[in-house]
Amino acid sequence: MATDPGLATDPRPTLAVWKFASCDGCQLTLLDCEDELLGLTERVRIDHFLEMTPVEGAGGERARPDGRGPYDLSLVEGSITTAEDAERIQHIRRVSRYLVTIGACATAGGIQALRNFAEVDEFLAAVYAQPEYISTLETSTPISAHVPVDFELRGCPIDRRQLLEVITAHLAGRKPRIPSHSVCFECKRRGTTCITVAHGTPCLGPVTHAGCGAICPAYGRGCYGCFGPTSRPNLRSMVAQLRHDGMSERDIQRVFRTFNAASPEYAPVPDLVAEEQDSPRDTTEARPERPA
Amino acid sequence: MNHGGTRVLRLDALARVEGEAALHLRVDGGTVVETRLRIYEPPRFFEAFLTGRAHTEPPDITARICGICPVAYQMSACQAIENACGVTVDGPLAELRRLLYCGEWIESHTLHIYLLHAPDFLGHADVVGLARDQRAAVERGLRLKQAGNAIIEQLGGRPIHPVNVRVGGFYRTPTPQELRPLAERLRQAREDALETVRWVAAFDFPDTVCDHDLLALRDPGRYAIDSGTPAVMAAHGGSPALREFTLSDFEQRVQEGQVPYSTALTATLDGRRFLTGPLARYAINGRWLHPVAAEAARAAGLGDPAGGAICDNPFRSIVVRAVEVVHAVEEALRIIDGYEQPLRPAVQVPPRKAVGAGATEAPRGLLYHRYVLAEDGTLTEARIVPPTAQNQTAIEEDVRRAVQARLNRVGPAADDEELTHLCERAIRNHDPCISCAAHFLDLTVERR
Ligand code: SF4
Ligand code: SF4
Repeated sequence: MATDPGLATDPRPTLAVWKFASCDGCQLTLLDCEDELLGLTERVRIDHFLEMTPVEGAGGERARPDGRGPYDLSLVEGSITTAEDAERIQHIRRVSRYLVTIGACATAGGIQALRNFAEVDEFLAAVYAQPEYISTLETSTPISAHVPVDFELRGCPIDRRQLLEVITAHLAGRKPRIPSHSVCFECKRRGTTCITVAHGTPCLGPVTHAGCGAICPAYGRGCYGCFGPTSRPNLRSMVAQLRHDGMSERDIQRVFRTFNAASPEYAPVPDLVAEEQDSPRDTTEARPERPA
Repeated sequence: MNHGGTRVLRLDALARVEGEAALHLRVDGGTVVETRLRIYEPPRFFEAFLTGRAHTEPPDITARICGICPVAYQMSACQAIENACGVTVDGPLAELRRLLYCGEWIESHTLHIYLLHAPDFLGHADVVGLARDQRAAVERGLRLKQAGNAIIEQLGGRPIHPVNVRVGGFYRTPTPQELRPLAERLRQAREDALETVRWVAAFDFPDTVCDHDLLALRDPGRYAIDSGTPAVMAAHGGSPALREFTLSDFEQRVQEGQVPYSTALTATLDGRRFLTGPLARYAINGRWLHPVAAEAARAAGLGDPAGGAICDNPFRSIVVRAVEVVHAVEEALRIIDGYEQPLRPAVQVPPRKAVGAGATEAPRGLLYHRYVLAEDGTLTEARIVPPTAQNQTAIEEDVRRAVQARLNRVGPAADDEELTHLCERAIRNHDPCISCAAHFLDLTVERR
């Protein structure tokens, strides 16, 4: 098999890709870099990436879920939802020089974090015939709740251009150039007419982290926040604007409680919605936030 | 292998499959007595999360079950809800959906063929090793995969979890001019796809047959992708006639069960082991392959699909996938060539109190959804049966057979490494999508 004789002296930095509770979409983004994939594998040695390769680089022994490392860069997908995974991430941190989370699951707990808001009793009532076969934690938490993280790449899924920037930057020892402004700025750059202004379409663009290139508005759809919150979102204005654009209380709650449900920035939403319902606000306040 | 001894083989991490699983094999006196595909992917509670959501939400939410076949989830979800609401989406909107689905077939099948499966046949650990040997072939694969992704990106906004799909249709439909560059790209892709069939047909295939019952959608007149009626072809020795059943009977026929060693459900069809996916589709729908794809299949040694030839060697599933890619490319070209932009991007789907089911052919096999809606469209129940859960028992049986056949062979005994490799290959034949399988509702809460 592919035991590379030159491995011992291989000067390439090493890359590992890890998976926790996730859909695999973010790690697949790496394989979706069709134009760059082969070039990348010439510049970095992919030492642990189960979706792509069964062999640990050093020595060629078979991959185990707890690869030994060390790795220069670990990309971590998925959230922590089991006791074993809470242990496994500690190991991964120990063997990784840089640890970067990729995607909403790893960065914010992902859609799995919906369980954090569920009544435990409700879930128990839904228990299946043989629940003893299954063990899981009652929360889904981001990687940063368990170990220090060097960089968090947002998105559900992440954007492949941003992924390449993050990999290149870490390998060059510099900070990734990932802007933290809102989706609105990307709409302007793309030349998309604001769908809220033009059509009154509810859109989370003003409070959503840039990165996707403002896809949804270009397709006539309001942003639903899959990249998670900007650093200091003006939620008060956002909630007022969403209501003005026709969203019900329930719709507003739900749109924030989806792929980044457990983002701390979203925590005030239920209160704001309740408040907003009592005293409708002047919606002209709603404006995209300014860059920091 | 010593006759009389007991040997346990553990494969802790399956590589080149999507999601995480392990294999446990027990051999006793030269006989394989146990094969367990253990899926240790953490359970994900999608059906629970769907309950209480609006009827417009399942396409986006269920897409997140699987990053490799999000379109399949979106399409089955849309169908189930439209079915509940008594709405049919047809004409150019249905054609666009099919086009999107063709993009996913091209992308997902090509990913499997080149990046996950071909290294097995060519003695490489992975695609990086393969590229060192056959750079041009790997580049062809990446180009073909990119053509599939380009369709999804154009129609859906991005290749993973497309944003442009909604219940009733799309948020925005493309103009014919916007689709034109895709057609150019697909004409190149047709060459790459045909070359792929020739490439994989020349691989070396272990001689083996599987005798699982086969389940696929049947859509008379065309090779089922985005619609059809479930049809079963009994295994050899059974009746050759197809048995069809309605989607509303699906859960009576396909029954899921739990096994203690896995976080995924397993399933039986009328109480028997069965297989869904490319081999099943090819057996049930082969005669409706596009002529170019059918010809490629014949040339590749798969027999004449129009004359009812089937493929029952799971190792040859890579050839069937390649043929399906040709078909998907042809189908995509046909749709683009005949496309006229519909007047509206979506039809209205007013909610009502009802139950609806939908099924489509995900790249790995039949994907079934059922939703119960309240009057205002709130989901009160959701049920999803993904292909890998259905295939799990058939995969275990294939592993058992492959290892047993090797043990029965005279000559030098098989060492653990050889058996491990054989097991991995038998599993990868089915392209199991393991994160899809571990999505079920059960939960034990562990308090710490
Ligand atoms: S963030 Fe989204 S795309 Fe990425 S693994 Fe999680 S669910 Fe999948
Ligand atoms: S939901 Fe928002 S962040 Fe996500 S793709 Fe759409 S516009 Fe971009």
